[in-house]
Amino acid sequence: MKLESHIPTGAIEDKWDNHKFSVKLVNPSNKRKFKVIVVGTGLAGSSAAATLSELGYDVHAFCIHDSPRRAHSIAAQGGINAAKNYQNDGDSVHRLFYDTVKGGDFRSREANVYRLAQVSVNIIDQAVAQGVPLAREYGGLLANRSFGGAQVSRTFYARGQTGQQLLIGAYSSLMKQVDRGAVKLYPRREMLDLVKIDDKARGITVRNLVTGEIESHTADAVLLCTGGYGNVFFLSTNARNSNATAAWRAHKKGAAFSNPCFTQIHPTCIPVSGSYQSKLTLMSESLRNDGRVWVPKAQGDKRLASEIPDAERDYYLERVYPSFGNLAPRDVASRQAKYRTDEGKGVGKTGMAVFLDFRDAISRLGQNVISERYGNLFEMYEKITGENPYQMPMRIYPAVHYTMGGLWVDYNLQSTIPGLHVLGEANFSDHGANRLGASALMQGLADGYFVIPATLGNYLASNSLEKVTEDHDAFRESKDRVSKQIDSLLNVNGDKTVDEFHRQLGNIMWEKVGMSRTKEGLTEGISSISKLREEYHQNVRVPGDKNYKNEQVEKALRVSDFLELGQLMAQDALDREESCGGHFRVEHQTEDGEAKRNDNDFSHASAYEFTGESKNMNWTLHKEKLEFENVKLATRSYK
Amino acid sequence: MKLNLNIWRQKSSKDKGHFEKYTANDVTEEMSFLEMLDVVNEDLILSGKEPVAFDHDCREGICGSCSMVINGDPHGPEKSTTCQLHMRSFKDGETLYIEPWRAKAFPVVRDLIVDRSAFDRIITAGGYISVSTGNAQDANATPIPKMDADEAFMSAACIGCGACVASCKNASASLFVAAKTSHLGILPQGSVEQKGRVKKMVAQMDAEGFGACTNTGSCSAACPKGISLDNIARLNRDLLKSNF
Repeated sequence: MKLESHIPTGAIEDKWDNHKFSVKLVNPSNKRKFKVIVVGTGLAGSSAAATLSELGYDVHAFCIHDSPRRAHSIAAQGGINAAKNYQNDGDSVHRLFYDTVKGGDFRSREANVYRLAQVSVNIIDQAVAQGVPLAREYGGLLANRSFGGAQVSRTFYARGQTGQQLLIGAYSSLMKQVDRGAVKLYPRREMLDLVKIDDKARGITVRNLVTGEIESHTADAVLLCTGGYGNVFFLSTNARNSNATAAWRAHKKGAAFSNPCFTQIHPTCIPVSGSYQSKLTLMSESLRNDGRVWVPKAQGDKRLASEIPDAERDYYLERVYPSFGNLAPRDVASRQAKYRTDEGKGVGKTGMAVFLDFRDAISRLGQNVISERYGNLFEMYEKITGENPYQMPMRIYPAVHYTMGGLWVDYNLQSTIPGLHVLGEANFSDHGANRLGASALMQGLADGYFVIPATLGNYLASNSLEKVTEDHDAFRESKDRVSKQIDSLLNVNGDKTVDEFHRQLGNIMWEKVGMSRTKEGLTEGISSISKLREEYHQNVRVPGDKNYKNEQVEKALRVSDFLELGQLMAQDALDREESCGGHFRVEHQTEDGEAKRNDNDFSHASAYEFTGESKNMNWTLHKEKLEFENVKLATRSYK
Repeated sequence: MKLNLNIWRQKSSKDKGHFEKYTANDVTEEMSFLEMLDVVNEDLILSGKEPVAFDHDCREGICGSCSMVINGDPHGPEKSTTCQLHMRSFKDGETLYIEPWRAKAFPVVRDLIVDRSAFDRIITAGGYISVSTGNAQDANATPIPKMDADEAFMSAACIGCGACVASCKNASASLFVAAKTSHLGILPQGSVEQKGRVKKMVAQMDAEGFGACTNTGSCSAACPKGISLDNIARLNRDLLKSNF
């Protein structure tokens, strides 16, 4: 396997324009002859499917939900960044690029990030044209707010529902194309295999989740827009059905998986309340604009927040990071919260939480202003906890939120399998070792609306793709393999439920591959995961049958993949002997507990090639050297 | 606490379906309603039975997947989605009846899961603005009064769960349709196509077998996002105007 990034030559500001001019185009009347499969209908998938069909391609879009609108992008709360500089506060494409590379702790690809910053401005234009009701000022123009890791105000938002509103925008464009007969939609379908013919991606094998039927779908190119893998941890802010199966199965078919250990732990989530907990709910980072994070100065102080005077509170983010304060980036804020609870200063029943307090903002701005900005978040908090955050501070704690790692892609978003393209959170390219707030929506839509429409044509125009049909041996073999796997899971009939295994895996991941990692812990983690995986295939109980809507079958397949991916995450974390962004190795820290990068040995993206056989896990590590020509490598400081 | 559950079990759209009794033990106040069902399901699996099928995903009240009627109320007694309903809303020893959305246009897929693809077809009929990627002018080129933008946002807050249909004695989808036509129609970008949009979306709603609106307002009362009945008035006005 050779990693060729295909980064265009020229100055960074010119690369994307040069590239768009140099790529081959598909003649407009020929586009309809190319069938493109889009898997996933979140921001990346919906926007790609809509735009490619507008260009004339024959698009077939698949999603696991009953409707494309339910993809997990819908849950993004805070906002979307764009280098519009509407606030005249010194923002520019270059600054957004710089912030993102720095925020990612210098582990992303410069050229991709620059392009992301460039097209960010077009995304906002497109969204407004689609009727996305972004927040506005009284003058009728768009409003902005600040977000972590940036000192300019460049985040566009729709109260706490930015993801929903942007997804409804992309979904409506998609449905417009369905109305025109230009997109065929396949809801409640789950991709279970990638089909390769002559080493190229030529289709997928899916399971119809209502009838259980295994179907083959041919294509000239396949786009995976299937999101991240945070649910390896069982408890995360991801939706319950978010999974890694499509990406993982493509990986096992030859797509390299890059930087799997780069996971983001989000600092502001509602803490765990009991063993039945099924997911964790994020409280948007935008709350840190007005909320102040603190813990009592004394250990084990169980007084109500209102009874603790200011002098006995430690506003630790403001203390440790005077210039960024409560807006320190996510990885930094999460680790600081962990340090405080490790010191025994955590709050609430479990002691595994810190306060996020709006007292001062409410007295400065009034409750109305705060409610206008965060009303629905406050409501959500109260519904879940039964506590009113206007009267007492929120209790928050870090939780797994986003995965920066993903399938390796080149500048064209193509994986190491020709014809297989990967968009949005499912790829690895733009966020390095830590994603800044309000950048996920930006990347998903950049990939779908603006990048893939320009790069996919080049692949289709430069390859002669013979017609393939569903009765090709490769499709039949794939169907057969998938069916056998389902049967074998159903036949185990053991003593433990799929969720029990998943929870156990989650515990291992959180303890050993979570916020701080050690060589010893990771080594233990790898061996526990592989033992658990063995047990899974001998002792899992999947009730019922496969020929109807059976969620347990769906979960069983996903968890069998998580049990493999979890091991690779731990292995990658073990290999990366440095701390950077969300990856914190205890052995590699500065005297004051900050991440200590090792640019000499690790200024690369790790890309793993699967070299095992079915259940025998084995990988070969390849490295893509990251060149920093425009941003000077420096120690990230938010002090 | 302990709860007595009567849960609708139905194998497929063709099966007749029936209630079955279950007991939920060791329920705590902090649990969400779906977590309570998760625990019931885990017990069912371990005792060799099939778990209750229900739609769910984000579990934070925004994806619109969860859809169950609890003691006659879509999403249960609080103004929230089922996933955001917590067990502190119930009392020890209470008896609950849990059913799927009931509407001809939402056939049952299994147990508490219904097929809501009718909503997608209504959106496909015109719930969009005809703008292709790349056509957009600068986002600030058309100022929109804040009041209008806020109003459009309130309508756009619809999550497409279908509680409005489930609560309506006519199983009308008027609030769903009206929320979408209002969201787009209030904005200058969407007003251009409004006449055709309302006609086509209403025609599709009728074709799907949803009932007519008789203004009882149960939809708005059941809506977890508080979509107001004003939207339906606006839809009716737009529909009338579309004839001229």
